[in-house]
Amino acid sequence: MRSETKSKSGAGLGGLTDGLHGWWRRATTWQRWAVYVALIAVAAVLPHPAIGSIMSPSGDWVGVLGQPIGIYVLLAVGLNVVVGQAGLLDLGYVAFFAIGAYTWAYMGTQLGWTFWPTVPIAIVLTALAGVILGAPTLRLRGDYLAIVTLGFGEIVRIVAVNAKPLGAAVGLSGVPAPVLPGLDFTNNAPAFYYLILGLIVLVIIFSWRLEHSRVGRAWAAIREDEDAAELMGVPTFKFKLLAFFIGAMIGGLAGSVYAGQLNYANPGMFPFILSATILVCVVFGGSGNLPGVILGAFVIAWLPEFLRAFEVTIFDYRLEEFRMLFFGLILVIMMIFRPEGLLPSRRRRAELAEGTGGMGSMGAEVAGPGADTTQEAVSK
Amino acid sequence: MFQEFLNQFGTNTVGGLTAGAIYALVALGYTMVYGVLRLINFAHSEIFMIGTFAALFVVLQFGITAPTGLAMVGVLVMLILVAMAASGGAAVLLELAAYRPLRKRGASRLAALISAIGASFFLQELFKLVIIQPVFDKPGGNQIGSPRFLGRETLFSIGDTKVQLYHVIIVVSAIIMMIVLDQTVTRTKIGRGIRATAQDPETAVLMGVNIDVIVRMTFLLGGAMAGVAAVLYLGAYENTKFDIGFLLGVKAFTAAVLGGIGNLRGALLGGFALGLLENWGAAFFGSTWRDVIAFTVLVIILMFRPTGILGESLQRARA
Repeated sequence: MRSETKSKSGAGLGGLTDGLHGWWRRATTWQRWAVYVALIAVAAVLPHPAIGSIMSPSGDWVGVLGQPIGIYVLLAVGLNVVVGQAGLLDLGYVAFFAIGAYTWAYMGTQLGWTFWPTVPIAIVLTALAGVILGAPTLRLRGDYLAIVTLGFGEIVRIVAVNAKPLGAAVGLSGVPAPVLPGLDFTNNAPAFYYLILGLIVLVIIFSWRLEHSRVGRAWAAIREDEDAAELMGVPTFKFKLLAFFIGAMIGGLAGSVYAGQLNYANPGMFPFILSATILVCVVFGGSGNLPGVILGAFVIAWLPEFLRAFEVTIFDYRLEEFRMLFFGLILVIMMIFRPEGLLPSRRRRAELAEGTGGMGSMGAEVAGPGADTTQEAVSK
Repeated sequence: MFQEFLNQFGTNTVGGLTAGAIYALVALGYTMVYGVLRLINFAHSEIFMIGTFAALFVVLQFGITAPTGLAMVGVLVMLILVAMAASGGAAVLLELAAYRPLRKRGASRLAALISAIGASFFLQELFKLVIIQPVFDKPGGNQIGSPRFLGRETLFSIGDTKVQLYHVIIVVSAIIMMIVLDQTVTRTKIGRGIRATAQDPETAVLMGVNIDVIVRMTFLLGGAMAGVAAVLYLGAYENTKFDIGFLLGVKAFTAAVLGGIGNLRGALLGGFALGLLENWGAAFFGSTWRDVIAFTVLVIILMFRPTGILGESLQRARA
């Protein structure tokens, strides 16, 4: 009964996405391939100045596409593995991003390594950090995990502020950009865009294949009911740790590219706000559903850049400075009216309507006096 | 390192107890809401922040500067009442806007926690961008200083350690408020409702407990305690900022977990323990590591004794 009332209340935008979803489910293989090719073609021509003049009237569209949009999409796909697929709330995702960035910054400036061999090392180091964080904490209740990961994010930042070899509060500057034969990435925004686009496609394929494998099914089982999954023989701790491991890998990859892109790394680049913003991307788009997450990250990264063009000021603040205010509002409103996000996966939506989908339901959730009237109000 | 730790031991102990009293009062709000709703009220840190600004507003409006004797007690009581009203009211509104609709739908706890984080951002940015500028005539992103309203006279010394008036006021006020709250929860009808709901919401409803009222009262009481903490904080550190609650909130939550979440006396014990550990640790490892200590303590307790020092007594753990 609940799922029925849900789909009615989600008319309008929800109806459109549901229609798309239905078409996709019925689409034949060649239709799907046509969509994939079309999407990649769109992504490839996206840096064109004609598109840029509409999307980012005030500035450097190609640069914006690489950073923040590309980096946000990469991070959102990585965080989606942890939050969307395994149902674990990670509030310190920026820690992995920072470790990846500092690994490349340190190896590149202090040890004189080149970019490409460093990236796998950065990925391994961040994945290890994911395991070190996950091993003691993943046995905890879900909401404790959120606070511990938040603390981990802050610890990594404070360590960076205090660590002399990492340049302390000033950070490391002069971080080299990657170099390919005949192609120098230094201050080359289009090259970075295509590099990040390539990485995004790789990560999407990786994440999609995982989702539809034994691992993905185990994650879904854990997300829906951890105790039941454990009883059915799913080694839940192992799979939760794997989710952290893979999420961290993707964060580390994004971080090392980011440091090369900006040519520096400092602790100020990794505030808690960034973890929260990436979480907004995932939740806003539709956690657990890759197209939704990518759309969410794109919109959240792009909107402030777009708003920058219109110099609307309120109390001496420009309009785009209100973005965190709106992000907060979006989170609350989404959780009240459409907790499954803009483009949800069908399964995720059903879970959230039932009050599962990560950590079970709230205490004191039983229908109290007056609950009958609200139930009716929802079904109308 | 060790010598320094020994030299400053007394000062750090006094400082730790003062900071701990404030952590404890904020921790009460986390612990009560968690006990009843099983929700980390992430926006509780902003409820605290609102309290500091309410108190600062009154201090500036009345032009209070360094009152002494009875006048100081009067000022303190007035500020506490104002901040309790502001924080308690804000907490009730927060529950109404951000949590009640989710609770009515039986939403996932993940959804509720995300809503709490959203509310926290919204309130922070609301103060930074909209409220502080016109009310205090200062840029919203800046730290705003407060005139002194808690005396700094040295009352007595233990060895080299000076115990100042404001240290005593803060610790004593925190303990008094703690006793008031503890008695409210153990002796009044509302308190019985809170305990019943924390133990077993379904049965509580069947026994005629109005859960909506109980949840609202829980937020009101927790918010009021944060208001008291806000006044004491402003008196001790004499400044505030839109994001003042963030780090303090995480530490207060750590204190709640340290004492045993859902346990009121545990929150007091956890608050003092964390304040002391943090100040002693800062002397030992250097003050730049102060904030790392709280988080490390949190991880260690959760690993070895996730139910905290005193256990989770307001309700049984329903993981």
